Amino acid sequence: MRTCGATPGGPSLDGIDLTKQTVIQGVILKEGENDSVPNGAPVTNGHVRLLDASGEFTAEVPTNLEGQFRFFAAPGSWTLVVQAPGARVEQALIAAQGVPTDLVIHI
Amino acid sequence: MSRETSLVTAEWVASNLNNPSVVIVEVDEDTTLYAQGHIENAITFHWRDDLQDGLIRDLISKEKFEALLSKSGISNDSTVVLYGGNNNWFATYAFWYFKVYGHADVRLLDGGRKRWELDARPFVTEVPTRTATRYVAKDRDNSIRAFRDEVVAAIGTKNIVDVRSPAEFSGELAAPAHLPQEGGQIKGHIPTAKNIPWSKAANEDGTFKSDAELKEIYQGAGVDLSVDTIAYCRIGERSAFSWFVLHELLGVNNVKNYDGSWTEYGSLVGVPVAVGA
Repeated sequence: MRTCGATPGGPSLDGIDLTKQTVIQGVILKEGENDSVPNGAPVTNGHVRLLDASGEFTAEVPTNLEGQFRFFAAPGSWTLVVQAPGARVEQALIAAQGVPTDLVIHI
Repeated sequence: MSRETSLVTAEWVASNLNNPSVVIVEVDEDTTLYAQGHIENAITFHWRDDLQDGLIRDLISKEKFEALLSKSGISNDSTVVLYGGNNNWFATYAFWYFKVYGHADVRLLDGGRKRWELDARPFVTEVPTRTATRYVAKDRDNSIRAFRDEVVAAIGTKNIVDVRSPAEFSGELAAPAHLPQEGGQIKGHIPTAKNIPWSKAANEDGTFKSDAELKEIYQGAGVDLSVDTIAYCRIGERSAFSWFVLHELLGVNNVKNYDGSWTEYGSLVGVPVAVGA
């Protein structure tokens, strides 16, 4: 979860009415040094997919130039599927209105 | 209309980047993507600035479509290859748009930007310059476009397929979850509509499933494709994707895209609405 501005995570929440939106966001970071990409670098060519509690596709976004993503969902159980060249990671979460879910996901 | 005439692979595009009879066009929901990088020699259409009338809610006029394609260097005999982000949502909408105006040879890049990126194929930032043409469009083909009165009349008599996510169909969400949950219209779906999300037709990498799998998606949901079918979503892009699956890949002719979709239907006064799964 977001604790302070210096913590890696999703895009700025400025201008978003968190009393009305159920935000799921985060940043995708590179883990491992078996390629030319430095460890901890943001993954800028990733795709993040949001699945509902039954596993059905709900939305998908590409990561931005900072490796970040954001969804506006509803309260409840969701699963993120992160895809990038040669990588695929799933992350389950529970979202709530008013408190953004802000994740750091390593792939 | 078949997979062979409507769909091309990334390999095909990679080997036709400099083919003068091929014009590659990127259409994205996130219109910043093209500037960040695109397929070599691809041009871009902006889904709002280029493809919406701007004053009334409608497609651009035939004359404006001719002007757009002429200045983009697209000829009547060009092979137009469309692709885009977000699983080709807006690219399939543009494909349907080209068909509405009767373009002969238009194709979709299977998997769009996503498959291209997952394959680690290159993007460039150079914007190509193309020589202007004199494009002549046909009159709109409304046999592939549904309007609101027809949709209301189709309740209980034709197939209505809601291709949005289950959470939008049930009324839990008002928009796809990468967009803020706002909008004037109420939530829910058109009564008697079957919820067959567009995503059922796509593999996780954004490419289309096989014809046999695609048929089973509709037959398994109890849709009799010999009956006329109307597909809708929120604003007509995802339903263009499902229209593409039915009309172009499976060759089902009596399918229309309702581009007014939920943003129109959900704002109509007095029409019936259903909620829940």
